[in-house]
Amino acid sequence: MKIWVDRNICDNHGQCAIAAPDNFTMDDDGVLQYKEDFSDDELEYIEDAIDVCPVQAIFLKGEQ
Amino acid sequence: MGGLRAAEQLRGAGWQGDILLIGDELHPPYNRPPLSKEVLASKHQPEEALSSVLLRQRASAASLTFRLGEAVVASNLIDKTITLASGEKLTYAGLVIATGIRPRRLHLPGPASGRYAVRTLDDALTLRQQLTPGTKVLVVGCGFVGCEVAATALSLGCDVHLVEGSNGPMHRALGPTVSAAVRDWLLLRGVQMHTGSVIQEFRSAPDDDGGLRAAGVRLTDGTEMNADVIVEAVGSIPNTEWLQVNDLDLTDGVNVDNHLRVRGAHAAVAVGDVARYPDPWTGGLPRRVEHWQGAIDTAKTAAKSLVAELTEAELPAPYSAIPSFWSDVFGVRVQGVGAPHYGTECRVIEGSLAAIEDGVAVAYVREETVVGLVTLGLPPGRIIQLRKHLREPIAELTPVQLTTS
Repeated sequence: MKIWVDRNICDNHGQCAIAAPDNFTMDDDGVLQYKEDFSDDELEYIEDAIDVCPVQAIFLKGEQ
Repeated sequence: MGGLRAAEQLRGAGWQGDILLIGDELHPPYNRPPLSKEVLASKHQPEEALSSVLLRQRASAASLTFRLGEAVVASNLIDKTITLASGEKLTYAGLVIATGIRPRRLHLPGPASGRYAVRTLDDALTLRQQLTPGTKVLVVGCGFVGCEVAATALSLGCDVHLVEGSNGPMHRALGPTVSAAVRDWLLLRGVQMHTGSVIQEFRSAPDDDGGLRAAGVRLTDGTEMNADVIVEAVGSIPNTEWLQVNDLDLTDGVNVDNHLRVRGAHAAVAVGDVARYPDPWTGGLPRRVEHWQGAIDTAKTAAKSLVAELTEAELPAPYSAIPSFWSDVFGVRVQGVGAPHYGTECRVIEGSLAAIEDGVAVAYVREETVVGLVTLGLPPGRIIQLRKHLREPIAELTPVQLTTS
């Protein structure tokens, strides 16, 4: 599975960067940057990031 | 939302038995923050509006059973039963209380018709039909919901008046100094503010059906105002009536311990708006936190606590999530972390409160320690960078970031 963020929905709230800082970061312009690939032990935090996204813009590819 | 997230977290915590979710709304769990913003401004058909706010469910949610449109009206936490409005009685092994809040309404003389509140999707869709250009809208109360509804109504071309009541905009969350800056911003954008008095009664006018509707207000200072639409945004009441007669502490929500277990009951936890828990961010004082994110955070700890109690396993760490909230008012993103209201003073650490649209960051300080942080109009990365200063001495922010307001 890979992380995928729908940029049409993403509002750069940044909550994902708090929940899963190893996978999501906010750059100096306040724009979300993320890594698609992740390890198994990061999944729990990524699921938290999906939950705390106020606009539900984060997906796991292959999960839908 | 708290109920859904708790159910998913119960699966995550290893609970393999049946999980039943009961809710009094007919809609599946949905996201409330857009109701006072996007949904109010949208022209979607009701079905589209619902699908725009439906919460995505985890794959594990496929194993949950939903009973929607059914209210729980009574409970017995010793026999472990709940009673539905239909009279049906259900038995449980473990209980998650996620009944949330409802809007407080004004009990003042005058007609009930013509007055609105925004809590549910149906509330938002009903109010939306009234917000046509030129409509005179009177918003009572200026917390997050009141300010957001006022901003949305103005963007739709309404003539918007905001009756502040006893305190200024977002006063409870942001404190008096920042509240004053938000007031200036609302005024600048064209909201007409009425400060320093509260509503004494509703004025009435005939409606189309031969009855009476609220058509304005009289304030305690004698001012009379007409309005086509009145929106009440004056706080909330926890939905705990169904828990009465259990000898629980239901003073302002359900009193829970730091594992979110209901005090005085076995195998019962509470999550979200309805839970009053000892918050380590306010010195352990029990409080309810009505932030969206709190429902998700509490669901995780509460589910683990409940499964631990049911399986006699080890309890999770005490709940200590950092409260976090946001709002949008006329394009200015407000973000907060920690407990700003717990601070005894606030200091501007970036930008100026005279121009919040250009970006400003504020630290809330108690005994020289940062207890809360709020940014207005800044990129969201800033609050995440600043967040690490929570519980640090304010002096550590001084050399690099403290600027004069």
